[in-house]
Parts: sequence; structure tokens; C-alpha cells
Amino acid sequence: MTTCLCDAFYADVAQASVEVLEYLGCDIELPDGQTCCGQPAFNAGDWASARKVLRSALKTFPGDKPIVVPSGSCAAMVFHGALLAFEKETDLPEVKALGGRTWELVDFIVHGLGITEWPGKLDAKLTFHRSCHLRGSESPQAISTLLASIEGLEVLPIDEVEQCCGFGGTFAVAFPNVSKSMGELKVENLTKPEPDIVAAADMGCMMHFGGMMDKKGIETKRMHIAQVLRDSLKNAGKI
Amino acid sequence: MKSLQKIDIAARDLSEEVHDANFIGAKMKSERRYAALERDYADPDKLRETAGLIKQHTLENLDTYLEKAEAALQRNGAKVHFAVDDERAKQVVLDIMNEHGCKSMVKSKSMLTEEIHLLDFLEKNGKEVVETDLGEFILQIDHDHPSHIVTPIVHKNRRGIAKSFEREGLGDYNDDPETITRRARKFLRQKYLDADVGLTGANFVSAESGRIALVTNEGNARFCMAANKVHIAIVGIEKLVPSDRELGVFLNLIGRSGTGQQLTVYNQFIGGPKSAGQPHGPEHMHVIFVDNRRSEVLASDCREILRCIRCGACLNVCPVYRQSGGHAYRSVYPGPVGAVLSPLLAGNRFPELADLPKASSLCGACNEVCPVNIPIPDLLLRLRDKAKREKAGDAMKGTPDLTMWAVLCSQPTMWKTALKMGHTMNYIPTEMIPHPSAMSWQSQRKLPKFEGGKFRKWFKNHKSN
Ligand code: SF4
Repeated sequence: MTTCLCDAFYADVAQASVEVLEYLGCDIELPDGQTCCGQPAFNAGDWASARKVLRSALKTFPGDKPIVVPSGSCAAMVFHGALLAFEKETDLPEVKALGGRTWELVDFIVHGLGITEWPGKLDAKLTFHRSCHLRGSESPQAISTLLASIEGLEVLPIDEVEQCCGFGGTFAVAFPNVSKSMGELKVENLTKPEPDIVAAADMGCMMHFGGMMDKKGIETKRMHIAQVLRDSLKNAGKI
Repeated sequence: MKSLQKIDIAARDLSEEVHDANFIGAKMKSERRYAALERDYADPDKLRETAGLIKQHTLENLDTYLEKAEAALQRNGAKVHFAVDDERAKQVVLDIMNEHGCKSMVKSKSMLTEEIHLLDFLEKNGKEVVETDLGEFILQIDHDHPSHIVTPIVHKNRRGIAKSFEREGLGDYNDDPETITRRARKFLRQKYLDADVGLTGANFVSAESGRIALVTNEGNARFCMAANKVHIAIVGIEKLVPSDRELGVFLNLIGRSGTGQQLTVYNQFIGGPKSAGQPHGPEHMHVIFVDNRRSEVLASDCREILRCIRCGACLNVCPVYRQSGGHAYRSVYPGPVGAVLSPLLAGNRFPELADLPKASSLCGACNEVCPVNIPIPDLLLRLRDKAKREKAGDAMKGTPDLTMWAVLCSQPTMWKTALKMGHTMNYIPTEMIPHPSAMSWQSQRKLPKFEGGKFRKWFKNHKSN
């Protein structure tokens, strides 16, 4: 699943995800009819609209192949949020089945494919924003495991790692002042250790706090975790 | 801007001093909580889950446990009352006072009494009431309201408090914290002696033994009972736990979660009024179980919120609370717990508070720290759905309408066309889009460059190579 953000804004993140998975021997399909996971409407309280979008996803992703998503929040929408939105619907079993085979990218690599070491190389210092939708999932630990095994890469600890960046979809629009203060704190915490790269596993967060960094003229490189994995493979001559 | 949500306005208008006091207090308590739990338990999450299961079990069998508790309390010599709503609860308190000929009350901290506005009611009916928790006492003389459920005056500073003390004739202006405390203590000591009824809340009630567990850091609940002949405990019906055994789980969690203390300073277990086997304490004990819409909440799809043990951890960790402060929530219960509980307890005033569940980025930090593992983000989402369906109040203010977007997203062909056309977006100076949501986005952040369809094209070529 590409995610609507990558479809519209972040083509290289989607591309990196494909390249990483292909390196691991996966055969990738890109169902043409895909659009979005329904999260914006779901979070806004418009569950009827969210269900409409999810039903379209049900049609687009038939079968039983794993669905891999380069975004923690979109993945969580499919395997967790959707179950709430469909609680009283007759097609709940289909939605459950869809959720049951949906994975966040790195969770899939580590826990789905059993890869615990990444043979990449990247001479850089990096801070990582632990996007909130990874909470309670296996992803944060999976990401730390892979990042720690990349040659030359140093992951710098940040303050208040548990704090949200303030995106939250329509929250950022309806609560601009709170969202801005939260974003500023996050940018400060992420950049204070003077990293070469600020990384995240969710382009929603990155669009928000990255957009803030742009506005402030902070030029630290930003990368999605898929790009980190892909580029490190390239550096190591693996792809 | 017209489309701003009330909490966002409150956050914007908060003075820097109050903001910093809230923020630093909350951050400090969060850090202490984490340290205390990580230090003392190999797997704190397991403990939280266990506590959540115990509470959920109790709630699902609340009728049985209430009956058990009533019987146990009566065995212990207490009189048990049930109050269906706030009016009834207040009347019961007044009736008890009149029955025993009581004129003045000392009370310890209880969020439930804030919820039902007990103080005003009793004062209107000619009774004297004194809050004995230092924070609550300061709120009382200032006619102010708590902004946090554990540290009620976190929004105040000592200079303001010193002025209030001066105004109330408690001594000349002096903002030394120790002096303030000593003066309050001196004043309150006399009140404890003069009062004829002591009122407390209850943190937990053991259904099996009828024992009431009370935790305070100031010991004031004990003082409230020391010299009085009547003790009234006012208790929300959700405060039950099955038996004394479970108290260990909760007493270990409540201090660590709220303030990072291994144990709250005073843990008091009240087994009934004065009797042959219990030579101390008030002669009469009344326990009032208050419903006040709790059974409605229990019947709703948000019942998990009734597990709450009012520790305040979710407030402390919440980034929205940290920025906006407790008063922004316009209700007795602020922060994440309040954003769920307050609209639910509001009954047909739900629309007035329907915006509260929107005041969250759904980051889930609250769920991660909650000692009874309440899935707060899920409950916020359920209330958003309810608010949208019922078109309640200001809930949808500032949120763009997503109906058309949903149509677009369920029509793959339209979606792809839109992606291609989207390229034109790069040529529009987006700062000029006269849509409030676009404007607030643009004023603080840059939008990324649009590259719709690029990945799909790459993938096609890539596959055919
Ligand atoms: S909801 Fe949980 S974290 Fe929040 S006050 Fe209640 S028990 Fe504490």
C-alpha cells in the first residue's frame, strides 16, 4: 500500500520501500485502484466516510498476501482503527482479515521476514522521531534493531522521545496553536543533538514537522526509514 | 480566526508564566512516574494491564459488587446511601448534617464534590465548609477551580497565594512557601477542632470488607475525622474493587503513576465508625454512593473510562494539556481523561463539551501511561463519531469537510486523475488559498512539492524492465 501521501508528495519513499523489499527477495505488486486508508476521515470523526474509503481498499486488496505500508499510522488505521469503525458493520470479518495481513514496513522486515541485521553502510549521525502510531506495536523496537546494525550509523538519543510532533491529521488544522507549539518542541528535540539526518517512519509527521523546519530554514536532511535502509544498501554496494 | 477551537484559543491566550508552570510540572511528574515504575517493576505494563482487568471485571459486575459493598459497610456499622444524581447527592449530605445537628464541615480533597458543586450548595444552606487540602483551601479562598486532578493549583504561583493569604487576614504578605504552609496549618488546625462533621472521598472501596482506602500526601483526611462525631464518605460507584487483596495493586500504582512516589504519604483504611473493637474515630459513618450518569457511561461504548483511578498521569504526559492547561477543558476533569469523561457526564449538555474529544492528536501517550490501561484514544474517536453523527456543538469547527475527499478516495479512476492534475498545485501560490485550514497550515509550515503519479510511473517502468 503506497499511502496517499507518498502517492501525492513523496514518490521516493514509496520507491525506496519497493527497492528494500525487492532486495530481500519480495515480489511486489502495486494494485492500481489504491487510494487512501481512510484515516483522515476516521480521525476527524467522519466514520461513514472512512468506511467508504476502506471498502474501496477491501476491493483493491483481495486475497491473502501481506500488505506492507511505509507508514505506521496508515498501517494502524487498517489493523486497529478500521475495527472500531466497522464494529457494528456486517463486513467486519473482511476488515479484520485485511487488518490481519497489514504490516508497517520495518515490522514486516524484522518480524515478518525475520531479518534482524541490516547489511547497509551509512556514515552519519541520526535522530529518529518515534511516530505515535507505532506505540504499542513491534515497530519501534524493530526499527532500533535495524538502525543499530547499520555500519557507520550512529543513532543519537533525543529528549522527550514519547512526545507527539503535533500533526494528528486534521488536528493540526483545527488546533493550529497547540499543534505549532508541539511541532516546535519536536523540531528542537530532534535537532538539538546536531544530527546529519532526522528520520521518521511516517510521512504524515514528517510533512508537518519537516514543513516547520523548512519554514524556519533548518536544513538538516530528512529521511524516511525506508530511504535510510535503501541508501545504506547502496553505499554498501548491495544494490 | 472564527474556525479556532476553544482549547486552541485557550492555549494561545495562556500567559507564559502559567504555561510554563503547567508544562514544567507535568513534564517533571511524567519523568518521575517513568523512573519509579521502571525502577521497581520488571514489566510495568503487565501491572497496568492487570489493574485494568481488575477494574474492568469490577465494572462488568458492578451490581453484584455494590450489593456486597453495601452489606459489608452495614456490617461494619456504616449507613449506606445511594444518590442517583448530583441534586440527590447534595441533599443527602445536607440531610445527614441536619440529622446530626452539624453546622460546620471540614473536608478533604474529592473530585466528586467538585463535580456536583457541593460547597456552594452547603454554603447556600447555611453550613460552613472548609477545604483542608492545601491546594483546595487556596482555591476556596480564591473562588477558583482546580486545573489538575492531583495538583489542583499547579496554575498558581506563590506570590498570588501570598496576596490571597494577606487579603484573608492570614498574616502580612509573605511568599515564602514554608510560611504559607505554616499559616495554613495554624488556621486549619482550629477548623478541624471546631467542625462537627468530616467529609472525605474514597480512592477505593473494597466490596468484600467494606474498607475504604484513602490516600493523601498531607494527612488532612485523617485530621478531618480525628475530632468529629460524624464522617461522611462520598463515593462514585466506580470506585469499587472486589476485595482487600486488590488494593495492593492499586496503591502501588496510584502514587507511582501520579507523582512518582512509591507510596502516597498517608494510606488510610477505614473499617467503620467507632465501635468496641475500634476505639477511635467518629461515632457515625455515612457512605454515599453517587451515580450521576455513571451507569449511563457504563451502558455506553466508552465504559472503560470508568476504570479511572484519578492519578493524573494522562494529563501530565499529554502534549495538548501541557500547552493549554487544565482550565482550557472547561470542566472538572481536564486532560485526556476529562476529554472523554466530561462530555459523557454532561448528559444532554454533551454538545457544549463535544469539542473536547477533538483536542487530541491521538498520539496515545495517555494510554501508554494509564495505570488501568484505558484505551483513551479509541474512546476519543468514538466520541468524535458520536459528535459528528449528532452534529453536536463545535466539534467539527475548523475540521475540513471530508465527504468529497471520501468520494474521491473510493473512485480509483478519479483519484488517479486528481493525482495527475495535482501537479498544477505547484504553480499556485498556496499561501493564497482562501481556505482557513490551508491558511493555518501555510502560516507555520511549508507544503511539500507535489509529485502525484510519479511513483506509479516509476513502478510501471521498473516492472517492465
Ligand atoms: S485515565 Fe488513567 S492515567 Fe488518566 S487519570 Fe485516570 S487512571 Fe490516571
